[in-house]
Amino acid sequence: MQLSVNKIQPEALAATLMDLRRGDAAILDRIDLPGDDARRLMEMGFLPGTRVTAGRSAPGGDPQVFQVDGSEVALRRETARRLKVRLEKKKTPRA
Amino acid sequence: MSECSDCHACGSTASHPPLPLRTLVEFPVRATAPKAVALIGPPNSGKTTLFNRLTGLRQKVANFPGVTVEQHTGMAELADGRVLQIIDLPGVYSLSPRSEDEQIAHDVLTGQRADTPQPEAILLVLDSTNLGRHLMLAAPILALGVPTLIVLNMADDLRKRGGRIDLAALSKELGAPVALINARQGEGIEQVTDFLAGVMPKPSPKELPILQDVPKCRAWAGRVSGQAAYRPPIAPQWTRRLDAVFLHPVLGPLVFLCVVVAVFQTIFSIADPSKDAVDWLIRVSGNWVASVLPAGLWKSLLVDGVWKGVGSVIVFLPQVLLLFLFIGILEDSGYLARAALIADRTMAKVGLQGKSFIPLLSAYACAVPAIMSTRTIENKRDRFATILIAPFMTCSARLPVYSLIIAAFIPDRHVLGRLLSQRTAAMLGLYILGFVAAVVTARLLKSSILKSGRSPFLLEMPSYRWPTWQSIGLRLYDRTKVFLRRAGTVILLVTVLLWVTMNIPYVHGKPPVLEDSLAGTIGRTIEPAIKPLGFNWKVGIGLLTAVAARETIIATLGTIYGMDPKTQNEGLQKAIHDDLTPGGAFALLVFFAFAMQCISTIAVVRRETGGWKWPAAQFGYMSALAYAGALVAAHVIR
Repeated sequence: MQLSVNKIQPEALAATLMDLRRGDAAILDRIDLPGDDARRLMEMGFLPGTRVTAGRSAPGGDPQVFQVDGSEVALRRETARRLKVRLEKKKTPRA
Repeated sequence: MSECSDCHACGSTASHPPLPLRTLVEFPVRATAPKAVALIGPPNSGKTTLFNRLTGLRQKVANFPGVTVEQHTGMAELADGRVLQIIDLPGVYSLSPRSEDEQIAHDVLTGQRADTPQPEAILLVLDSTNLGRHLMLAAPILALGVPTLIVLNMADDLRKRGGRIDLAALSKELGAPVALINARQGEGIEQVTDFLAGVMPKPSPKELPILQDVPKCRAWAGRVSGQAAYRPPIAPQWTRRLDAVFLHPVLGPLVFLCVVVAVFQTIFSIADPSKDAVDWLIRVSGNWVASVLPAGLWKSLLVDGVWKGVGSVIVFLPQVLLLFLFIGILEDSGYLARAALIADRTMAKVGLQGKSFIPLLSAYACAVPAIMSTRTIENKRDRFATILIAPFMTCSARLPVYSLIIAAFIPDRHVLGRLLSQRTAAMLGLYILGFVAAVVTARLLKSSILKSGRSPFLLEMPSYRWPTWQSIGLRLYDRTKVFLRRAGTVILLVTVLLWVTMNIPYVHGKPPVLEDSLAGTIGRTIEPAIKPLGFNWKVGIGLLTAVAARETIIATLGTIYGMDPKTQNEGLQKAIHDDLTPGGAFALLVFFAFAMQCISTIAVVRRETGGWKWPAAQFGYMSALAYAGALVAAHVIR
């Protein structure tokens, strides 16, 4: 994926689902996983261009629940960091 | 299936010139209902609820031969009395055959499995509250060209949460009939049976996406639902509220702990009395049978072999039912996914995952229901690893053996002030020993033959729902049947075999004393092998009979010591104390901690892993470990 078109800040470049805090939303950019695994994630709703919102997590923050395409799916950190995102906006977590 | 097998309207037009009369008949009434209909849908779409609604108690569970996927079939009766077979396929998100589940679904739908009739119609069950994503599955299903009814489930949720859909428009887009139902309350089921009773047209969707391209499929699903004026419902408020508690950083683990303790405690506190009650029933009925039958070989076989053997399986039934009641409630309510989420990190340390937690916990009561409950783990490697380590958990059948030997050898003294008695400490040590063996084995398995690769861990969090009695009741009924039939047949065979070895060869037309029986001979033959462990031939026979079920060794030793004039008048505890060295006793405890002495477990592993390969390997591994552990134990304490 071409990333040099816009002057994107280095932090934004490196952002992954793992970097999202509860309530943060981001647009999924690409999945850095082998074909079959990426496909499985895509079937669960993790399609590039889709909006993903970070939800609650297990104690310690791993795994974390993400709201995507009408469902809630939990991913481990090791998977979440393979999903690159463009940060959208920050929201304060609801009580 | 050929293009048109029994639809007369389009009948033989492809291969023969059409008969003039036939062209006039547009929609003839079907003379026969389809023989088989497949139910398919994504996980959490309520597919099984619909299956239960349609078939009720007329269900059959079996394993698809050669794989571990369960085959659920049932009979549904139409309004006019015609009966058809419904095949409940595993929940899948797509038909691209990557997992075993998807492979089975794909093969059954395309008629590639010899053991299952090819369905003449498909009921595609989708969650109407998440139609955008669920509609993706419609693409590969409609592409099959098999008559399909699109069943949009959870109509009540859609309505309550302000969602909307134009069914006629959706039907037009998909070129297939659409029904909006609520399978839990049975609302709209008649639309499904009407479809099955009527003439089922082949689907003619306006367009279909390239099936291999997930983004294109999703875009297509979005377009179709857009055309049908689909308005997704708002997020489920109750689920959010409950998750605020159940997934709270502090309250969440507390609730989890309470659930775990409740499950564990109930299984233990109810298991024993219920086991005793069933035991009593079996004994009383056995005595009655014994009193009715004339004395002799057949009576002995029936009472000592069949009755006791089958009885030793049935005593597990209350535990099996109880555990499945809990798991049913946890799973149907949606909490199980949250529990798995909370337990995941701990389980990941031994290479397993959150969903392994509940089965392993229940293995402390009994490995049999625990292994049956691993079905909730979708990942096959994780499931197998869980199955393979579950028998290491100290099950309730080990308890009487531990109690007896500990009572015979360890004095009732306190350590750590009055906090802990030596006996309790010994018991605790044995629990820890089994746990450590399980952890080490899990690590071994998950770093070698059952390595998960880098396949990502995905856990969908369903919305919370009230479990229905119908669904849980049917599940309990299902599990009971599976348990009694599968485990029962193997148990019966082995107990009869054991009975035979204990009753031949005949001496003067009478069964031999145990010592001279084939079992006794085998006991003495293996004595050299178990001598290093500090066991004599009597314990050897006990170990042989304990292969059927662990606690059997107590009865066997009771019989043997009871027949020996030297030990005849002593209690069992005293007899064992005199017959074993402390090293031998310690070795025996370690042996029981590691060995897979339970035919029910072996039978269940065979069923759940789809063959003899895994139970054989497991039995071998656990026996080797038991032998080695006992050998070490016997040399540590002399």
